[in-house]
Amino acid sequence: MATSNKSATADHDHDASRRDFLFVATAATAAVGGASAAWPFISSLNPAADTLALASTEVSLAGIEVGQAIKVMWRGKPVFVRRRTAEEIKEARAVDLKTLPDAGDARSPADDAKRVKAGKDEWLVLVGVCTHLGCIPQGSSTGEIRGDYKGWFCPCHGSHYDTSGRIRKGPAPKNLEVPPYEFVNNGTGLKIG
Amino acid sequence: MSSSQGAPAFTNPIVKWIDRRLPIFTFMHHEYGVFPTPRNFNYWWSFGGIAMVMLITMIVTGIVLAMNYTPHVDFAFDSVERIMRDVNYGWLLRYLHVNGASFFFIAVFIHIFRGLYYGSYKNPRELLWILGVVILLLMMATAFMGYVLPWGQMSFWGATVITNLFSALPVIGDPIVTLLWGGFSVDNPTLNRFFSLHYLLPFVIVGVVVLHVTAMHVAGSNNPIGIDPKGPQDTLPFSPYYVTKDGFAVVAFLLVYLAFVFFAPDFFGEPENYVKADRLVTPPHIVPEWYFLPFYAILRAVPDKLGGVLAMFGAILVLFVLPWLDTARVRSARFRPIYKWFFWLLVVDCFVLGYCGANPPEGYFIPLSRVATLYYFAHFLVILPVLGKIERPLPLPNSIAESVLGGARK
Ligand code: HEM
Ligand code: FES
Repeated sequence: MATSNKSATADHDHDASRRDFLFVATAATAAVGGASAAWPFISSLNPAADTLALASTEVSLAGIEVGQAIKVMWRGKPVFVRRRTAEEIKEARAVDLKTLPDAGDARSPADDAKRVKAGKDEWLVLVGVCTHLGCIPQGSSTGEIRGDYKGWFCPCHGSHYDTSGRIRKGPAPKNLEVPPYEFVNNGTGLKIG
Repeated sequence: MSSSQGAPAFTNPIVKWIDRRLPIFTFMHHEYGVFPTPRNFNYWWSFGGIAMVMLITMIVTGIVLAMNYTPHVDFAFDSVERIMRDVNYGWLLRYLHVNGASFFFIAVFIHIFRGLYYGSYKNPRELLWILGVVILLLMMATAFMGYVLPWGQMSFWGATVITNLFSALPVIGDPIVTLLWGGFSVDNPTLNRFFSLHYLLPFVIVGVVVLHVTAMHVAGSNNPIGIDPKGPQDTLPFSPYYVTKDGFAVVAFLLVYLAFVFFAPDFFGEPENYVKADRLVTPPHIVPEWYFLPFYAILRAVPDKLGGVLAMFGAILVLFVLPWLDTARVRSARFRPIYKWFFWLLVVDCFVLGYCGANPPEGYFIPLSRVATLYYFAHFLVILPVLGKIERPLPLPNSIAESVLGGARK
C-alpha cells in the first residue's frame, strides 16, 4: 500500500507539471487568439481606405498679391498659402534659431530657408492647424489679428506664430507643419499632398 | 418602530410563483422596502435618487430623439433643426434632453459635494465612492459626445480641441488621435462613432449605477452625523419614510428643471452652436458646456501642453484616491471644525475655476486660474492628509437616536 501511495503522489506530481504546461499553453493560445480577434475591431476605427486615398489638392496661385494669403482644404484640414513681403522674409531669416521654442524636425524645420522651396522664398505653405489643440489660427485674411510676431495668432489659448509659421509664444509646442507640396504649371499653381 | 426584517409573505399567487423561481420581489422588499436607513437623513441625501431620475429621463428622451436624428456631417445639423421645428413636440424632447444634461450634472455635483462634506468616501465606503467617480467620468464622456451630435460650431471645435488633448502624449499621441477621429480631422467617421458611443455609454452608466447601489446596500448609508447605526432605534425602513421624502425632493427638483425647459431653454446653451459647423473658421472664443468649465480652466492654467492635460485629468483622478488622502477618522464635517472651513473654500475654489474657464485666458484670469488650480490640488494632496493629523474633532454623539431625539443641542 505504502508503495502504491508513493507512486500515486509521484504520478500526481508528474501530472501537475504536464497540467501546468497544458494550462500555460491554453492560456497563451487564448491570449493570442483574443488579441487577434480584437485587432479587426480596433483597426476598423482607423482611417478607411477612401479616407486615406483623399486626392491631393491643386490650387492656382494667380491673383494672390504680395502680402496676401489664402486658405485651401486638404485632407479635411485648412492649408495656408501666404505670399510674403520682402520684409516678412527678412524678419523670418533674422531670428537666431537657438532662441526659438521649437527646434523643429524633418517635417517642420525651424530654419526659414528649409520651410520654403529654394528660390520660392515668397511662398509659405503651412498646415493651418494650431499645434496646441487644433484650432485654426487667425492671420490669413486681411483684418485678422496676426499676433505679436506678425504671422498668425491662435485665439483659442493664445499662441503666436511668426512670419515663418514658427511658434514664438503661447502654449503650442511646435511650429506649424509644412505639408508635402510642389509647384506645378510653371510655378503658377500648387499641388498639395 | 423597528423595521421588520423577516421574509415577506406575498399573497398574490403570481408573485409567489415568480418569487420562488426568481426572488426579485424578495430582493426589492429587502433592498427598497424594509431596508434599514438612518433616521436622520437631510435633503442632501435625496440627490442620489434625483440623479437616478435624471439618468432615466436622459435615456427616454434620447431614444426618441435618436429616431429623428441623422448622424452624418451633411444632415446632422438640419436633422436637429427639423426636430426643433417639424417633429411633433420635438422641441420639447430636445430641450428636455439638453437641459436634462445640465440638471443631471447639477444633481451629481451636489451628490458628490454631499459625500465630501459628510465623509461618505471613508471606510467602509471606498469602493462605493470609486464607483461614483467612474460614473462621473462616464457621464463626462457621454455628455461630451452628445454635444458633438448637433454638429454646430461649438460641437465641431469642442470636439477638435478635446480630442487633440490626447496628442499631448509622447509618441503614441498622434496615432491615438487619428484612431479617435478615424481620419485626419474631426469628420464624418468621428460623428458616426460618437453617436454609437453616445447611445451605448448611458447603458454602461446604468450598469455601474447598479454596482454603486449594491455596494451601498452592503455598507449601508452614511448619515449627517457620520456614525454607524447601532440598532433598530437608529433606523427607519426605506419605505414609506424615504420613498416619500425622496419623492418630494424629486418633484421639487423637476419643477426647477422644467422651469428652465419651458421658460429659459437656451440658458445653459451657447448661441454659437446654432451655427452649422465650419471647418475653416474657429469661433473666436471656444467654451465647453458649463459643467466642464472648472476642468477647462485647469487645462489652460498650466503653460505646458502635456502638463495641462495631465493636470486636467489629474483633477478627477485625485478623487479616486481621496479615501486614502483624508487621514481623519471622524466622517462628518459637523464634528470637524477646521475641515468645515476648508470644505467651503474648496466649493468657492471650484466656482472660481468655473468662472476662469468661462473667460478668455487673458489678463488677471491667468494668475487667478493658476492660484485656483494650485489650491484645488493642495486641498486634496496637502490639506486633507495634514488636517486629519492635527485637527481636534468635537465629541461625537453616542447614537443617531440620541442626536435626533435627545432634545436641543447643548
Ligand atoms: C447619460 C445620459 C446622457 C447625457 C448626459 C446626454 C447628453 C447629451 C447632450 C449634452 C447632447 C447635446 C444636446 C444639444 O446641444 O443639442 C445630447 C444630444 C443627443 N443625445 Fe444624449 N445624453 C444622454 C443619453 C442619451 C441616450 C441614451 C440617447 C439615445 C439613445 C441619446 C441621444 C441623443 C441624440 C440623438 C442627440 C442629438 C440630438 C440633439 O442634439 O438634441 N442621449 N445628449
Ligand atoms: S489650439 Fe491654438 S492655442 Fe490652443
